[in-house]
Amino acid sequence: MNKKFDIKKLTGSREMSLVVVLVILCAFIQFRNPGFLSAKVIIDMLKNYAVTMILALGMMGVLLLGGIDISIGSTLALSGMCMALLMRDGIVTNTFLAMVISVIVGLVCGLVVGAIIAYGKVLPIIATLGFMNIYRGITYLAAKSQWVAAYQITTEMKQFAQSSSLTFGLLNNLITIMLVCYILFYVMMRFTRIGRKVYAVGSNPEAAEVSGIKINRIKLMVYAVMGALCGLAGALWVSLYASSQGDMAKGLEMDVIAACVIGGVSLSGGRGSVIGVFLGSLTIAIIGKALPLIGISQFWQNGIKGVIILAAVILNVLTQRVMDRNNLKGREM
Amino acid sequence: MAGKSGRSIAITKPRSWKQTLFTWESILVIIFILVNIMNACISPKYLSVPGLFTATSSFLEKAFIVLPMACILIMGDIDISVGSTVALSAVFMAMSYNAGVPMGVAILICLLTGTVCGFMNGMILARFTELPPMIVTLATQIIYRGIAEISLGDQASGGLTKVAWFSNLYWGSLGPVPYMFIVFVILAVFMGLLIHKTTFGRYLYAIGSNRVTAQYSGIGVQRIRCIVFTMTGTFCAITAIFLAARMGSTRSNIAVGYEMEAISMVVLGGISTAGGKGRFPGAIIAIFIIGFLRYGLGLINVSSQVMLVIIGGLLVLAVMLPKLNFKELLKNQNTFRKERKSL
Repeated sequence: MNKKFDIKKLTGSREMSLVVVLVILCAFIQFRNPGFLSAKVIIDMLKNYAVTMILALGMMGVLLLGGIDISIGSTLALSGMCMALLMRDGIVTNTFLAMVISVIVGLVCGLVVGAIIAYGKVLPIIATLGFMNIYRGITYLAAKSQWVAAYQITTEMKQFAQSSSLTFGLLNNLITIMLVCYILFYVMMRFTRIGRKVYAVGSNPEAAEVSGIKINRIKLMVYAVMGALCGLAGALWVSLYASSQGDMAKGLEMDVIAACVIGGVSLSGGRGSVIGVFLGSLTIAIIGKALPLIGISQFWQNGIKGVIILAAVILNVLTQRVMDRNNLKGREM
Repeated sequence: MAGKSGRSIAITKPRSWKQTLFTWESILVIIFILVNIMNACISPKYLSVPGLFTATSSFLEKAFIVLPMACILIMGDIDISVGSTVALSAVFMAMSYNAGVPMGVAILICLLTGTVCGFMNGMILARFTELPPMIVTLATQIIYRGIAEISLGDQASGGLTKVAWFSNLYWGSLGPVPYMFIVFVILAVFMGLLIHKTTFGRYLYAIGSNRVTAQYSGIGVQRIRCIVFTMTGTFCAITAIFLAARMGSTRSNIAVGYEMEAISMVVLGGISTAGGKGRFPGAIIAIFIIGFLRYGLGLINVSSQVMLVIIGGLLVLAVMLPKLNFKELLKNQNTFRKERKSL
């Protein structure tokens, strides 16, 4: 009896249905292009999409609170640009220090957004819409509308994205950082008080407030974490593409939100898991990487991507409906 | 608000002059006047009839999206696929014209495309009510843009200037008044009446303030959402027509970011994205504030980057300032002090 229930629970869960979709997707791509499931392609894919996957974590926190952050692309650009400019002018040459600076810039950006949302009582979408413009504008202004080109960035920084120094040659640096972030978030959301508080505030803010959680502080923290992750992602972006432009990561926020939603994070808050987000952003990465691999013209990519997102979201709703019905049945018994 | 029978059905008290003075709309009017004074100082030719209409024409084609977007935000929904819908309708129009279809029919095709796009959004949202509109329209945003890219690739579809009357839609004018302005005024008045003077408009507010209650009081919530989203598609097509008339050709990457501009204007107009709040005239004034501000700053060669910062800042400040209730803050502090003393 008990075991049967477990199987049902497993097959009915969102993560499981997502895994099934992923397996089918991979099998199809593998069938069309046998070179897909090789270590090199997969590592390449993860390396290129590490930024999106890291940002999806922060976005999960924001969405769990029922908020949304569409300023992340601009925050990423601003922090990455600040770092690149310092590097160009020779003020900072140490890679680690540069990354810390980028994270700090992102953190400050996130804190400002969070403060406006938590204490200014502005709706998240409006506040971040405004800051999307503001940060993007500041990025252009700081760089005086110029690029920071590859030769102006230190070799060490450029090498960082390509080498695997952090794990002594085992795994690419970007993938390592991404995995560390995921493990940290998994532990934090699952086993610490802060993680549970985020879920509590997201599913019922009034109840959370009554039970003594300081909602505003949690909100501020979540947006600050989002900002810090943007800063980290900005540094990685500059390292990966070996250049920094004013319009970098424009529109990335939509990819990130899509990754979260495919992963089963609800936009109304309180529902979503780190594993789901991982699978969701993996789906986005596979779609982005595999479509050119199976010889689809670049003009078709957006259309197909959109259809897959829509299909995944609708599938999610349908599984949720089945789950709810099953739950009701269980209660009838 | 007394009815003809003498029975008073007023729920809201008549507003005192103080309340009228401090409504959001009157603050907007003041900002609007300030912007105009600034522009007039910048350029002496600005405050003339042709000058004003030139300024208006520089942004008005986007403003058509704002009208239905106001409805959508009042309902508590959001639509970020509008930019892509504009692009797709314009691309289909230009392609069908270049395939030999007469211009009139091409315009009909454009309107039809937009309407179908909007209907798709509305249909999906009404069928799967659990889905947040943000994510559905995000997906359709990518899909519509994708279809435009599939149809046209990286080519441009031009030659629209060959039809003189079509270009005239944007460039021509009746006396000093551009045709586009006339169309805009008619549609704006229509939408204003629809929102504030009809049952349909009341339904929108009802849905926005409490969807479940609206459903239980017999409003066809999903039907109305579907209608409004379809209408949005049609208005996007109108924008597409004027945009194409202005540029004389289309590409698949036109109208990127229109959704955010439209939403900014509506929000600045005092309509909350949470739904059920705000009045339509505010949105109209906000269109002109942002439009004229951009035009004026453009005149003194302020770079578009600074403009981004200014408009973003204006948006955040405008939404935040009325929320900061200083009196209440002070009161809270006082009670806090009292509590501390009593402890």
